[in-house]
Amino acid sequence: MPILIGKETRAIVQGITGSQGTYHTQLMLQYGTKIVAGVTPGKGGMSVQGVPVFDTVEEAKKHFKADASIIFVPAPFAKDAALEAIASDLNPVVLITEGIPVKDEIQLMATAKRKNTIVIGPNTPGIITPSECKLGIMPGHVFKSGRIGLISRSGTLTYEIAASLTNANLGQTTCVGIGGDPVVGLTFVDMLEMFRNDPQTSAIAMIGEIGGDAEEKAAEYILNTKYPKPVAAYIAGRAAPPGKRMGHAGAIIMGKTGTAETKISALRNAGVKIALRPSEIAAHLKSQ
Amino acid sequence: MIKAQVLVAGRGKAGGIKPASTASEAFDVSKTIFSTPIKGESVAKILVEQRLTSKHELYVSMVVDRSSRCYTILCSTEGGVDIEQVADRSPEKIISYKIDQLTDLQDFESRIVACRLGCSGKQINELARIITKLFQILLDYDAELVESNPLIETESGEFIAGDLRILMDDNSLYRHPEFLARMKTFEPDMTPLEVEAHEKNLAYVELDGDVGIIGNGAGLVMATLDMILDCKGKAANFCDVGGGADEERTAAALEIVLANSKVKVLLINIMGGITKCDDVARAILDIQRKMGISKTMVIRLVGTNEEEGRKILTEANIPSLNSMEEAAAKAVEIASKVK
Repeated sequence: MPILIGKETRAIVQGITGSQGTYHTQLMLQYGTKIVAGVTPGKGGMSVQGVPVFDTVEEAKKHFKADASIIFVPAPFAKDAALEAIASDLNPVVLITEGIPVKDEIQLMATAKRKNTIVIGPNTPGIITPSECKLGIMPGHVFKSGRIGLISRSGTLTYEIAASLTNANLGQTTCVGIGGDPVVGLTFVDMLEMFRNDPQTSAIAMIGEIGGDAEEKAAEYILNTKYPKPVAAYIAGRAAPPGKRMGHAGAIIMGKTGTAETKISALRNAGVKIALRPSEIAAHLKSQ
Repeated sequence: MIKAQVLVAGRGKAGGIKPASTASEAFDVSKTIFSTPIKGESVAKILVEQRLTSKHELYVSMVVDRSSRCYTILCSTEGGVDIEQVADRSPEKIISYKIDQLTDLQDFESRIVACRLGCSGKQINELARIITKLFQILLDYDAELVESNPLIETESGEFIAGDLRILMDDNSLYRHPEFLARMKTFEPDMTPLEVEAHEKNLAYVELDGDVGIIGNGAGLVMATLDMILDCKGKAANFCDVGGGADEERTAAALEIVLANSKVKVLLINIMGGITKCDDVARAILDIQRKMGISKTMVIRLVGTNEEEGRKILTEANIPSLNSMEEAAAKAVEIASKVK
């Protein structure tokens, strides 16, 4: 059984008339994702890639049954769009937008938590259940269906590792980018919990990076709950200097916290196999 | 008190805050402060204010709590210049209070924090009012951090913020154009190339090695730096052109990375996803023609349309590799041979 999204998922694209929204709607449709409607305020009545556009999510839902949303709205309007999706009971909400103010993210996550809505991102490549449904901007062809669950804070590094898994004939159940921002919705721990309960998933690949303590929290969870499935992890940023933001807003070492070393040792201590190179993840999981 | 107005933390310890008791002493002290850069930043402004005698120095800050996805108040009765050591050695002396974002900070919560800091009687409301104001500043300015250290309790029991530091959230600067305008003149710890990259909206961090790096995606570039380190090489920079890098961005990145005179070899690592490898290959050739790149390039190009991309590069006599490991090892080897 797929996690979060699958063949039956019916999605709305918010910000469908923008260039990113239009382009990725086309790619998602080609992948086989069921996109039932798009939303852009003021553009209702249009059609993009054959998908009807509405002014509000509410309008779209009057015409089509929909479960999930993917958002390509620019940063200044992204919180509003996500709140609109949450208000209309769409779940999960995949927030692709990069550069959202942290205050907006905090307010948004508080509302999502109250309504029990899963927000994936922001600043994420999205989520894919290979061969079934893609809600994101990742290249579909590097993924393949199988038994590995993949969780990542990165974009292209995810494609890199997914491609090496696929080449090693290790397909994936679901791959999720949790996002590169300091404040994100879905976490490593949430995903580990879902993969734990998913009979299709037999092992997990985790891709972390410097900054924050999400990986340490994952290590704690794995250790304390005697996690039953093998986990292999790669942590990017061993060579990063402290105090500098490495591309992602969340990738910054503050004082002694957030270094690759503390993350690697916490994970290793929890029994996670550490890959020192992206390509080693496949080797670790192959040997399981 | 004479205080240097610089955008660095820890200025007191670095000699940026000094007392003076007469006008002529103040003149001499100011002269010294103006002529001594603090942590690399020269002093353009000073603030002269009344010297306070404090009974206690408190520490109060408000920060983004990443894992709880909320703002948190951090405070301590042991404020002052050694707060980092307090946090390090006796973390139990740091009080933390999480703010529920759905209700914002309520007055009663500020009072709870004031009480935990040991206030009683009239002082409770007085300190609570300051805490509420600090939180309002955090919200009004979309800040990542608001910190008062020391927050002074005077002999007569009043509270005065002896210092206030605000870290702005870069992502919210569009709401605060007044800071965006000032930012260009204040770049305390950025190199000239980092400033230039910042203006061109490129994620670029200068490092002290000799292997120039360009890649698409922050995680991939970090992984590339790690691999250079593992090959016993030293990266000259971090440079992410982003997922959907076009020719213009790639050109801007090449220009900045190559402007660093320490760079001996250039490693380009592209994992084509939405980005197509043949587009990247054409962009590199085009830029090479226009800019006349003289440094050796090591290119790793995989993903969407990689065969076409490789073919374009091969025809132009630029070798390309298919694994990150090989590419990193090759770049380090070349750098070690260049005088």
